[in-house]
Amino acid sequence: MTKTLKGIAASDGIAVAPAYLLVEPDLSFTKTTVSDVDSELTRYHEAISVSTEEVEKIRDSAKKSLGEEEAQVFEAHLMILNDPEFTGAIENEIKEQKINSEAALDETAQKFITIFEGMTDNEYMQQRAADVRDVSKRIMAHLLGKELPNPASIDHEVVVVAHDLTPSDTAQLNKKFVKGFVTDIGGRTAHSAIMARSLELPAVVGTDSITKDVENGQTLVVDGLNGDAVIEPTDEQVADYKVKSEAFLKQKAEWKKLKNEPSVTADGKQFIIAANIGTPNDMEGVNENGAEAIGLYRTEFLYMDSKDFPSEEDQFEAYKEVIEGMNGKQVVIRTMDIGGDKHLDYWDLPEEMNPFLGVRAIRLSLQNEEIFRTQLRALLRASAFGKLGIMFPMIGTLGELRKAKAILAEEKDKLVKSGVKVGEDLQVGMMIEVPAAAVIADQFAKEVDFFSIGTNDLIQYTMAADRGNDNVSYLYQPASPSVLRLIKHTIDAAHENGIWCGMCGEAAGDSTMFPILLSMGLDEYSMSATSILRIRSLMKKLNTEDIKELANTACFVSETAEENEKLVDDLMKKVNN
Amino acid sequence: MEKRDFHVIAETGIHARPATLLVQAASKFGSDINLEYNGKSVNLKSIMGVMSLGVGKNADVTISADGDDEKDAINAISETMKKEGLAE
Repeated sequence: MTKTLKGIAASDGIAVAPAYLLVEPDLSFTKTTVSDVDSELTRYHEAISVSTEEVEKIRDSAKKSLGEEEAQVFEAHLMILNDPEFTGAIENEIKEQKINSEAALDETAQKFITIFEGMTDNEYMQQRAADVRDVSKRIMAHLLGKELPNPASIDHEVVVVAHDLTPSDTAQLNKKFVKGFVTDIGGRTAHSAIMARSLELPAVVGTDSITKDVENGQTLVVDGLNGDAVIEPTDEQVADYKVKSEAFLKQKAEWKKLKNEPSVTADGKQFIIAANIGTPNDMEGVNENGAEAIGLYRTEFLYMDSKDFPSEEDQFEAYKEVIEGMNGKQVVIRTMDIGGDKHLDYWDLPEEMNPFLGVRAIRLSLQNEEIFRTQLRALLRASAFGKLGIMFPMIGTLGELRKAKAILAEEKDKLVKSGVKVGEDLQVGMMIEVPAAAVIADQFAKEVDFFSIGTNDLIQYTMAADRGNDNVSYLYQPASPSVLRLIKHTIDAAHENGIWCGMCGEAAGDSTMFPILLSMGLDEYSMSATSILRIRSLMKKLNTEDIKELANTACFVSETAEENEKLVDDLMKKVNN
Repeated sequence: MEKRDFHVIAETGIHARPATLLVQAASKFGSDINLEYNGKSVNLKSIMGVMSLGVGKNADVTISADGDDEKDAINAISETMKKEGLAE
């Protein structure tokens, strides 16, 4: 029976292949006492020898398909399987305490894992703890008569199905045979989604139930363009998807050619298409997709991915890596946007009734000056290595901006006086995402070097609609005249005051919004790296003379978002013909 | 029984990758080989045992071998220790 699941389109492309379930069986057991120790030992030895054979097989196929280095983890597994202290300790427990193999295995493994994980300063030992855990799982599965998935031994084309994919899962996947991913949980920024995009594999995440709905070997379609996962498609559907896939691949090849091209319109006007990033690891995608700048580096991941506040040195290294990686092209780094839906385990902040309207981003920074100053010092020091723009998020009043700028100036003075080099062309800018700031953008424009419009929050705050709440998602209307007027006012105010204006929200990479923004004269468009070439190709087709009136019509003639969507639709029909 | 003392000089001690090399060296011999540190003794043919001792820099350890090839075993292990810059 054909069944279609709706998920989130996490990575472009289409794949059709048998499903491969990367799902762990239930390995729970009951601790019992055994009367026949000898036969229990035999049972245990059998599990060890079957596990050994299995790992040897996986190692051999991993060597062939993944390479020596990736196969090394299995050598480590074999050493553990045949380790006298490990297997001996389990045997002793069975003999002396007369408990079943499962319990002896679990207790011994836990003992070693605790020792290894206790050596917290040693990453190598942490990995060994993971090895012990993996090996124990395998022995346990054999003791319980269950089968573990062996991703490293996949030898035919598959679509990998998982509840979620962890980095260690993906490291073991043979990229040659994996055609796509479908998962139960996760969003566009989940590890599985990011991984899929960097491997250029189609992925659909957040389907809720794919691991329950599909069986191993059933044909599965991943439509990473629409976010659909189709189980057991009809022949007709498969044929349709084939056509769709070919069209997509052809288009992608066309886009690839634009990688080193400047971003210009049909009439030769040049703009900047930039990338949004979360960590220095995203730089690969930035370069591969020909970004002309970093329009937004979200520094909160530095805070979220660590166990304590990141030190000035750690931050400096991360910022420097990105700035140097751009070879003199502009990098805009936003100071931390913690609060709202982003929390830190190590920072106990008071609970709020309305976190998105509470102590968030710059508000939190200004209330915790020491943490803010540490980040600013790291940024200032890194600014010596290229062209940096420091950007403050969630500014609502001139008072907030002036206070943030004063703190920045103090830290800069201190650094310069102590002989530290600071970038000469350092720019200071702000996000326009609070409607109050957009409305008086003309006043703000006199006190900053640039604006960057954050549409996700600007829309949420303008429409007074929580963007995470499905019941009001109809109000999330980037093309509504009220939102567009705020955007246009911001861009005009920037230009009247001789500063540049960018956009780092989702709207900048949206094919419907883009022509309207271009008509408004937005200078920089910052988006996920994977959207860059699509937008660059779209830009090439548009003539600024032809769309001169679009901005005014969209803001002042149209009465609804739907009318604007239709305006762009009609325009694109004309352009494409 | 053959015995030899070592003073660990490697920055990471013997819990990193070189521990594997020591275990591999020891496993080539038939003798029972033990590593003693801090009053605890483990089988040197066991990577888990060696690593669980957490031998750090500047530790003093004793390796003993008991069996037909005990002399060769101690010599081979000494050589690995020196070649890998683990101990002196």
